[in-house]
Amino acid sequence: MIFDYETLRLIWWLFLGVLLIGFAIMGGFDLGVAMLLPFLGKNDSERRVIINSIRATWEGNHVWFVTAGGALFAAWPPAYAVAFSGFYFALLLTLFALFLRPIGFDYRSKLPSQRWRSNWDNALFVGGFVPALIFGVAFGNLLVGVPFHFDNDMRIFYEGSFWGLLNPFALLAGLVSLSMLLMHGAVYLQVKTDDVIYQRCKTIVPIFAGITLLAFGLAGIWVANLNGYHISSVIQPNAASNPLLKQVTQAPGLWLDNYQQRPLLWLIPGLAFIAGIVTSVLSKNDRPGLAFISSSLMLSSIILTAGCAMFPFLIPSSSALSSSLTVWDASASHKTLSIIFWVTVIFLPLIIIYTSWVFRVLRGKITVAHIKANDHTAY
Amino acid sequence: MISESVVELSRWQFAATSLYHFLFVPVTLGLTFLLAIMESTYVMTGKEIYKDMTQFWGKLFGINFALGVTTGLTMEFEFGMNWSYFSQYVGDVFGAPLAIEGLMAFFLESTFVGLFFFGWDKLSRGQHLAVTWLVALGSNLSALWILVANGWMQNPVGAEFNPETMRMEITSFAQLLFNPAAQVKFVHTVAAGYATASAFVLGISAYYILKGRDTAFARRSYTIAAGFGLAATLSVIVLGDESGYTDGEVQKAKLAAIEAEWHTEPAPASFTVIGLPDQDKMETRYAVQIPWVLGLIGTRSADTPITGLVDILEKNRGRVRNGMKAYALLQILRTGGMDATTLAEFNRYKQDLGYGLLLKRYTETVLDATDEQIELAAKYSLPRVVPLFWTFRVMVLCGFIMLGVFFYAFIASSVRKCRQALLLRLSVAIMPLPWIACETGWFVAEFGRQPWTIAEILPTFLSASSLTELDMYLSLAGYIGLYTLFLVIELFLMLKFIKLGPSSLHKGRYHFEIAEGVAP
Repeated sequence: MIFDYETLRLIWWLFLGVLLIGFAIMGGFDLGVAMLLPFLGKNDSERRVIINSIRATWEGNHVWFVTAGGALFAAWPPAYAVAFSGFYFALLLTLFALFLRPIGFDYRSKLPSQRWRSNWDNALFVGGFVPALIFGVAFGNLLVGVPFHFDNDMRIFYEGSFWGLLNPFALLAGLVSLSMLLMHGAVYLQVKTDDVIYQRCKTIVPIFAGITLLAFGLAGIWVANLNGYHISSVIQPNAASNPLLKQVTQAPGLWLDNYQQRPLLWLIPGLAFIAGIVTSVLSKNDRPGLAFISSSLMLSSIILTAGCAMFPFLIPSSSALSSSLTVWDASASHKTLSIIFWVTVIFLPLIIIYTSWVFRVLRGKITVAHIKANDHTAY
Repeated sequence: MISESVVELSRWQFAATSLYHFLFVPVTLGLTFLLAIMESTYVMTGKEIYKDMTQFWGKLFGINFALGVTTGLTMEFEFGMNWSYFSQYVGDVFGAPLAIEGLMAFFLESTFVGLFFFGWDKLSRGQHLAVTWLVALGSNLSALWILVANGWMQNPVGAEFNPETMRMEITSFAQLLFNPAAQVKFVHTVAAGYATASAFVLGISAYYILKGRDTAFARRSYTIAAGFGLAATLSVIVLGDESGYTDGEVQKAKLAAIEAEWHTEPAPASFTVIGLPDQDKMETRYAVQIPWVLGLIGTRSADTPITGLVDILEKNRGRVRNGMKAYALLQILRTGGMDATTLAEFNRYKQDLGYGLLLKRYTETVLDATDEQIELAAKYSLPRVVPLFWTFRVMVLCGFIMLGVFFYAFIASSVRKCRQALLLRLSVAIMPLPWIACETGWFVAEFGRQPWTIAEILPTFLSASSLTELDMYLSLAGYIGLYTLFLVIELFLMLKFIKLGPSSLHKGRYHFEIAEGVAP
């Protein structure tokens, strides 16, 4: 173990961020593309172009999400346990919606019937829309605080309800997530398609970039007045993970504390705004590849903005403040963090290398002509 | 206290979702290897027919794989959703292999599976072959890490309870990885997958030969499946689970329950082929026994006895009492700080803490347990014999029938005489058996671990989340409804493409394309 416990906890907070951002960038455009499918594809061939633009890569992209879940379980077990059992129905809905994706992609074009195909198109839309919305709503609820507490045996009791998750701030966060993934999906489609679909994407990219920035800005103003959380007792960053030993205070505006302490952090939300505008400009000027990079930057900075506001909190508890989970008291043991650190350091670069190779092999646009020529092998 | 019915419903939900997931996993594990073998033959011989085989069986693989992915996601969510106390209590140990599975295996499999389907025109032959092998490697590595996690539930080595964090924590990653229970389970499970996929290819190929269509295609597929299937079935049986049973106490109890071995008999113990076990009286009526066999298989020696359930029960009474002491000391540690003498005292008893937790079923505070409650907890610590006794026999029977048919098929296809109607009909008829064996095998392994989620450490009834009955009914109904719908659609597509056969590739050289002159 070359790193002390404190450093490893910080690294794992960053790794979790990397996996979430990885999922937003890679899985995000798949979700966006699936949401756009019924609207941008006006006939079967166009819809097949849209589906085939992600046919060979969505599966790998989806693993960013699965791995983020696994990493949360391994590195932050109490956070995994609280979030997944607390947000029970929200996750159940996400899961049910995600079910529709593997079978939707593989089964849709196996039969020629139009009814069969349009049913699967709707299923794929649901499989994109519901998770994109719920991920945002879940993030919003983390900022609002989650009503849960631990008893002395560390058993988790969640006191909220499913409907409680749909509070106005969380819904606004859901809108941010929806519109940014729609923008991101449209930019990706610009990279992979030509002709009418390309043109339609070009029209909607600035619209969704605008909505995202508007909602993001509004959420920022709201956060300044929202109850934030702060650890008021002395922090022991190398102590065993027992979340019940600290004191936490709650007051409006505390989420901006980190930004006041380190004004350089303002660059992150600033970057989100710049990247949003740059994405629209690049998309308009037919530079979809660069627009995709810029749009990925925008997603990353939006997620980082929320992460930096909450740090060191992972899941603040609104009903029992000291049950809140933070980076310093909700991690796995020093040894476990160290083991999975090495695994990540070895395998994450490998994943990035072979994923890039796969994208390189599959580069090039999917066209209506391609679909017609490969009627039996394409999705 | 968490309600009994929520625990029961959570267990049903877990059983339903994992048994369902496990309808698709074995085919994926084995078919990826069969595809890799077929494609290797294509690359080595250059014969197009082997490419067609890879693509056609790949199509069926894809239909199966989609539902495997769909239902696999549930498993990863379900630990947190329905078993949050489990996740909190053992996440430090159990979470690591799951995270590693994602990084090392699932990424590999999923990134390359797209290229397997859509990379034929974009890759050289060698590159595409490499992709296919990587998919096979990824799916099998995935099984390795899942079974490392599961092996730890059966035989929890390399970890220790930490009273400060109120959970189990890793002490040795090497022990976790090289856990004998995990190693044996891995070999047994992937070999079962290879046998399942082989039976799948064997049965469908036999159907084509019987129908007299695409025989060149079907005969080659049949031969590959027969060879691979024979090797796999032999591995399943020979390298089977038994060496894992001798490790922990719970594995001993599982072995005793499977064999309805109530009393420790002088070694080597006899094997009960069949009989009517009775849990209350702790005896088996009408037992038909073969002397020596169980002792020899179970211990691989002639003089080691197999511990009977009556003796395990007696031992567990003592462990429940020690567990009470451990729990009492834990309360002092949790409320009064980590005083060194109390900690040392706690460490003396902590290996029995799990048995103390069993008392929570009867008294929330544990410390005031009566003798009667201790007796109940000790009895509760034993697995239920009757379901295990029977499912195990069903699994073994399926395995031996498959072994017979694969052996016959292998001999017949080696001497190029596989066109015998009896053999072909048998090959079709045994198709359901590997699934029955896989599902009963899962049941034997996981039901045999009860009443624990983590053997001797965490009781199942404590592991569940604090949800309501309504939550559980709604989610269970959702799963069953969706999964049933998906299964109907999957079977419909699967049967449609099986009937179409290689004609579905539209290569212009198969049955429906030649016979009717048009593509269907």
